[in-house]
Amino acid sequence: MKHLWLTAWADIIESLRAKWFIVYTSVFGGIVVLLFVFGITESRIMGFTGLTRLLITYIQLTIAILPVFVLITTVRSVAGDREAGVFEYLLSLPISLAAWFWGRFLGRFVVVFLPVFLAMIGAVIWASIKGAEIPWGLFLSYTGLLLAVAWCFLGIGMLISSMARSSDVAQGLAFMVWLTFLLFLDLILLGIMIREGLPSDTAVILSLLNPLQVFRTAAMVLFDPQLVILGPSAYIILDYFSETGYIIWSIFYPVSLGTLSAYAGYYLFKKGDLP
Amino acid sequence: MIKFDNVKKTFRRTEVLKGMNLDIQKGDRIALVGSNGAGKTTMIRCLLGEYTCEGQVLVNGHDPREERELILKDIGFVPQLPPPLKMPVGQLIQFSASLCDADPQEMISVLERLGLNYDELKSRPFVKLSGGQKQKILISIALGREAKILILDEPAANLDPEARHIFFQLLAEKKDEAVMLISSHRLDEVAALVNRVIEMDQGIVVLDDCVEDSVDLDSVLKSEIKIKRADEAFAKAIKAWRFESQDGILWQGVVAGPDRLRFLGVLSRYAAILQDIHMEEQKQ
Repeated sequence: MKHLWLTAWADIIESLRAKWFIVYTSVFGGIVVLLFVFGITESRIMGFTGLTRLLITYIQLTIAILPVFVLITTVRSVAGDREAGVFEYLLSLPISLAAWFWGRFLGRFVVVFLPVFLAMIGAVIWASIKGAEIPWGLFLSYTGLLLAVAWCFLGIGMLISSMARSSDVAQGLAFMVWLTFLLFLDLILLGIMIREGLPSDTAVILSLLNPLQVFRTAAMVLFDPQLVILGPSAYIILDYFSETGYIIWSIFYPVSLGTLSAYAGYYLFKKGDLP
Repeated sequence: MIKFDNVKKTFRRTEVLKGMNLDIQKGDRIALVGSNGAGKTTMIRCLLGEYTCEGQVLVNGHDPREERELILKDIGFVPQLPPPLKMPVGQLIQFSASLCDADPQEMISVLERLGLNYDELKSRPFVKLSGGQKQKILISIALGREAKILILDEPAANLDPEARHIFFQLLAEKKDEAVMLISSHRLDEVAALVNRVIEMDQGIVVLDDCVEDSVDLDSVLKSEIKIKRADEAFAKAIKAWRFESQDGILWQGVVAGPDRLRFLGVLSRYAAILQDIHMEEQKQ
């Protein structure tokens, strides 16, 4: 365990000094600042205003940015480290492959999750200074969702990094994975439904297996429990899961997918050439 | 101590190691030479358990791939190209020492013997240092612990003559307790450090020979070089070896014993203006 924490800490220190981390932190911190600057807390949509309104907008923007950021930065830095000789040197030290791989995974998780989370904490602090009401329930639920999504795409990123031998290939694969999930949000799904007469249950199952869609729907459930904006498909989701059940699924499924992907990545890493 | 038994390694369709056989015994100080693509780095990575391969690599009867921690605890490795680590030097040393169960102070004392100031460097990112500074830090990590096998890939390539001399002294201190495997493109760079030469070509060992190892690793040669006329290019080259002169004609200094071939190689470029060379060995 000592080696695992040492590796996690070393990875955190490496990442904090990397340019991608500065960009990543600036993007999420910047979003919150911009939302305050443009007075989003003063506006009203579907009855929401104040910090709730800000968090809803923040989570919508995060859906678009977080997965691709986590995927690209993970594969770029992990595959890049392998190409640059970091693996060759550090893996010549007496450390088990499990401690190395999972230590890096945990370290990287802290690094990708903390800026997103701290941006939300920053929003809460600012709102309390301004005297706004803090929606703690929503805050905790969004934190759980963000944690699950970051974990999921980090796991997928680690799998891609183990599969691809160069950072160029790894980046290409990561982008393809993200694009596939993104297109299955609406475009491909609707196309298949229209052309092939896809049963609605199958379409819903496909949506439930797409972590991006799961995240998106869960974010909607939190401010629109009846899923009015989803239309008839809301009946299937709510009949199968109920509101609480869906929130549990939206955290359990991405975490499981991320863990399975990371484990598959570890298996490939352990079986193949290390540098 | 180390055994390569019919080791083969293939990358896609290219066979880089073609059934390599080699036995390395305690006390061996080996120069591993060969041109680019000969298989030196692949062989080293198989020995470090970083590559999977056909055949068998055994270190003290153990497979380095299967028993990484046990084997790598005894191996000090200096790569040819320093990794672009962003962590500060202090953290790199603490991290390496913790993994190896070693005393970081030992590594720091080697680092200071090599002419670096730890207090100045400890908070600087490793990647921002000069090539020579990086090399010295990696040497400190490899030599500042109880390693029974030293694998050094072009270890002195970026070192100045003074640091090379101290590096040779450090190796001399380890020569009875550690096996050394020193990889280089050129034999003359490492000839004086070793007692055995292994040349690789196209993935197999093509030469395995003993070398006269009467050169003391920690000896020095007190030297006097006289040239026919003052020459700016010569002065620049000889000053890099820390030689001094009052008139630009007679130069005096010391050369590390194992560096004599390399030094004479530098002098050979100025053969036309050389008048007298005098080198006398002194035990430090």
